[in-house]
Amino acid sequence: MAMAASDIETMIRAALPDAQVEITDLAGDGDHYSAHVISSQFAGKTRVAQHKMVYEALGGRMGGELHALQLTTAVPN
Amino acid sequence: MSDTNARIGEIVKSNDVVLFMKGTPLFPQCGFSSRVIAILDHVGVTFESVDVLQDQEIRQGIKAFSDWPTIPQLYIKGEFVGGSDILMEMFEAGELQEMISQAEIPTGN
Repeated sequence: MAMAASDIETMIRAALPDAQVEITDLAGDGDHYSAHVISSQFAGKTRVAQHKMVYEALGGRMGGELHALQLTTAVPN
Repeated sequence: MSDTNARIGEIVKSNDVVLFMKGTPLFPQCGFSSRVIAILDHVGVTFESVDVLQDQEIRQGIKAFSDWPTIPQLYIKGEFVGGSDILMEMFEAGELQEMISQAEIPTGN
């Protein structure tokens, strides 16, 4: 089961409208991605909480449809 | 379900550092688990590991326990610290080493 990079980006932006999302298809197979997400909504939150916000945006696909999403999060400078 | 939760609670309480992973430290069955083992080995900390592939209840239950959708998951002193991405970031920033030393957990380094 694979997901298109654009779908991942759309779902993250729907939950975190100010987010800058950079997605890389790591293996070129539409199944192993890395995502770097920058949003002001991460301010003051722990890394675990920030990642949970992104996972929530992906509506339960993480760990299922999306096996391999390497995630890094940051607050805008 | 609540039994599984209690079992997991007991495991994280009775081990200072415990990793829920796929496979074993010697034979990790997943790249993400393997990455965390490499980090922990580098830090030199002694840890317990639980192979979720050997226990379907824990494999599903650990996700509910921490409200975290993926495995591996590392716990230090009973607290969920993160999965492989967070641990890599913390390791690179020196935060993981700091957390372990503040928790007064001995390392080989």
